[in-house]
Amino acid sequence: MFKRKLASDVVMDLIVYVILTILAILMVIPFIYVIAASFATEADILSSPLFLFPPHPTVAAYKQIFDMSGMGAQVIRSLCVSIVITLVGTFINLFFTTTMAYGLSRSNLVGKKIVLNMVLFTMVFGGGMIPTFLLVKSLGMYDSYWSLIIPGAISAYNMLIIRNFFMDLPAGLEEAASIDGCTDIGIFIKIALPLSLPALATFGLFYAVGHWNAYFDALLYLNDQKKYPFQLVLRNMVMLSTENTTNDEELPKESLKMAVIVVGTVPILCVYPFLQKHFAAGVMVGAIKG
Amino acid sequence: MAKNSSAADTTVKKSKWVQIKRDKWMYLLLLPGFLYFVIFKIIPLWGIFISMKTFYAGVNFFEADWIGFENFIKFFSSTGFWQLLKNTLIISGMNIIFFFPLPILLALLLNEIRVQWYKKALQTLVYVPHFVSMVVIASITFMLLKESSGEGQTGGAIFEITKALSPSHQGETWLGGKIAIYWVLLFQTIWKETGWGTIIFLAALAGVDVEQYEAAVVDGATRLQQLWYITIPAIMSTVVTMFILRMGSVLNTGFEQIILMQNSLNKSSTDTFDTYVYNIGRVDGNYGYSTAVGLFKSIVSLIFIQAANRLAKHAGQAGLF
Repeated sequence: MFKRKLASDVVMDLIVYVILTILAILMVIPFIYVIAASFATEADILSSPLFLFPPHPTVAAYKQIFDMSGMGAQVIRSLCVSIVITLVGTFINLFFTTTMAYGLSRSNLVGKKIVLNMVLFTMVFGGGMIPTFLLVKSLGMYDSYWSLIIPGAISAYNMLIIRNFFMDLPAGLEEAASIDGCTDIGIFIKIALPLSLPALATFGLFYAVGHWNAYFDALLYLNDQKKYPFQLVLRNMVMLSTENTTNDEELPKESLKMAVIVVGTVPILCVYPFLQKHFAAGVMVGAIKG
Repeated sequence: MAKNSSAADTTVKKSKWVQIKRDKWMYLLLLPGFLYFVIFKIIPLWGIFISMKTFYAGVNFFEADWIGFENFIKFFSSTGFWQLLKNTLIISGMNIIFFFPLPILLALLLNEIRVQWYKKALQTLVYVPHFVSMVVIASITFMLLKESSGEGQTGGAIFEITKALSPSHQGETWLGGKIAIYWVLLFQTIWKETGWGTIIFLAALAGVDVEQYEAAVVDGATRLQQLWYITIPAIMSTVVTMFILRMGSVLNTGFEQIILMQNSLNKSSTDTFDTYVYNIGRVDGNYGYSTAVGLFKSIVSLIFIQAANRLAKHAGQAGLF
C-alpha cells in the first residue's frame, strides 16, 4: 500500500530534482570556469566569455606563480604568510576559546555570572573600529603579524557554543577523575578536550577558514607590503586591473589571476567535506545557559 | 535573630571562600580569556571619549580638544547621514526580503530528496561557496561582469548576456551602476551563503518525528500536504527566531564585501555606516568623527538587538539571552 505512488507525488519529485540539479550546476559553473581559465591562454580568455574546458590547455600561469620571480615570488611569499598565520592563529584561537569555555562551564563557580555578562555585553556593544585600532597600535602590534592573531583570539559566539558542549558532558566522569586526584586542569586536558574532539575540529576549521580568507584585518593593521597575507595580495592584483592605474607596472594576466585563485582556494576546500557532518552542531542558535 | 543571620553570613562567606579555593584551577583556565575580553573588548569602550574630541591621526589624544557631542550633531545634521541610512537600509532590506527566504526554501527542497547519496552530494556542493573568500568571490564577479576592453575582445559572460538581452542599453554598467551594484551585492550573498544557511533549518527538519509522516501517509496525504501540514510547521519556530535575530542586525552591512565592490562610480550608493567608519577613520584619519559614527551605529544596534530578543521571547521562542 505504501509503495503505490500518487501521480502528484511523482510530479513533485520530478520538480524537486530538476530544480536542485539546475541550482547545483549554476553553483558549480563559476568554479569550473575559474579552473578552466587558469589553464587557458590569454587569447582564449579574451575571445570567449565562458568556457568549461580550456580550448588550448597550458600550465603557463602556474609556471609563472612557481618560478619565484616577479609576481610569483609575491604570491608564494603571501601563501607562506597565510599558512603560518592560519596555523598559529587557529592554535591560539582554540587555546583561548576552550580554556575560557571550560572555566565558565562549572555552574556554581563564584563570579561566573559577572564574566558571562561581560562577554554577552561585548557581543552586542563595542568601542568600534578606531578605538580598537588605536589599542592595537599602542600595544605595539601595528604592522606585526600578532595584529592578525591576537585581537580576534576569541569569538564569543564560538566560545559559548563550546561551553555548552562542556556543560553537557556527563558529570560522573569529572567526579570520578577528581576522586582519582586529578586537578581541574587535568580533567580539562584528559577528559573534556578528548570528549569534544569533533566540536574542536569543527570550530578549528571555522577559525582556520576565517584566518585564511581574511584580508580586512591586514588592510587595517599591516603597512609593509612584504608582510601581506594571500588574500590581500590577491585583492591588490585584482584591483590593479579594475581601477585605471596609470603606472607602468605590468598588469597581471587574467589566467594568472585565476591560477592564483585556484592555488589559494583548493587547500581549504579539500579539508571541509571531512568535517561536514559536525557542521550542524557549530551553527546552532541556542539560548545561553545560566 | 541578628546573631543567627550574621553567623549564617559568615558560613556563606566561608563556603564561598572554600568554593573559590576549590575552583582555583578553574580560575587559572578562565584567566587568558578573561584578560582577552577586558583588554580587547572593554578597554576600546574608551572610544566614548574619543568621539567627544577633535582627534585626528598624528595628534596626541590628551592634547585634542573636548567638543562634547559636536561630532554627533555634525553627523546627524549632515546630508551624508541620510544617504548612509538610506544605503544601509536598502542593502539590508534587499538582503532580508530576497536572501532570507532562500535557505529555508533550499532546505525544504533538500529535505524532499529521498535518495540519500544525492542529498549528501548536493549538501556538500552547496556548502562550498561559504568557504570561499570574499576576495575570490569579488574576483570572479569582476571576471563575469567586466566590459569588453577593446575591438574583438569579449566582456565577461554575464556582461555579454545582458548586452544581448538589451543591445540598446547605454550608460550604467553592473559594477558602476548606482542601483545595479545593489543586485550584484545581493547575488554575491545569495551565491555564498544560501547553501550554508540551510544547515540550521535542516537540523530542525531532522528533528521531525517520522511517525507523523507515516500516519499522514496512512491517512492518504500527498507529499505536498505533508510538506504543508507537517514539515513547514516543524521549522516555523526556527524561522521566526532567525528572522527576529536578522532584524536585530539590520544596520550591520559589514566591511569586507562592500569595500571590495566599491568604486568611484557607485560609492554614493554603496557607502554604509560600516564602510563610512572605515573610510573616514582609517583612510582619512579623522578618528574622533569616525568613532562617533561607529558609536551611534553600536547604540542603535544594541537597542535593535534587545528589542528583537524581547520579541523572540514574546513570540514564545528561546531568544538569545
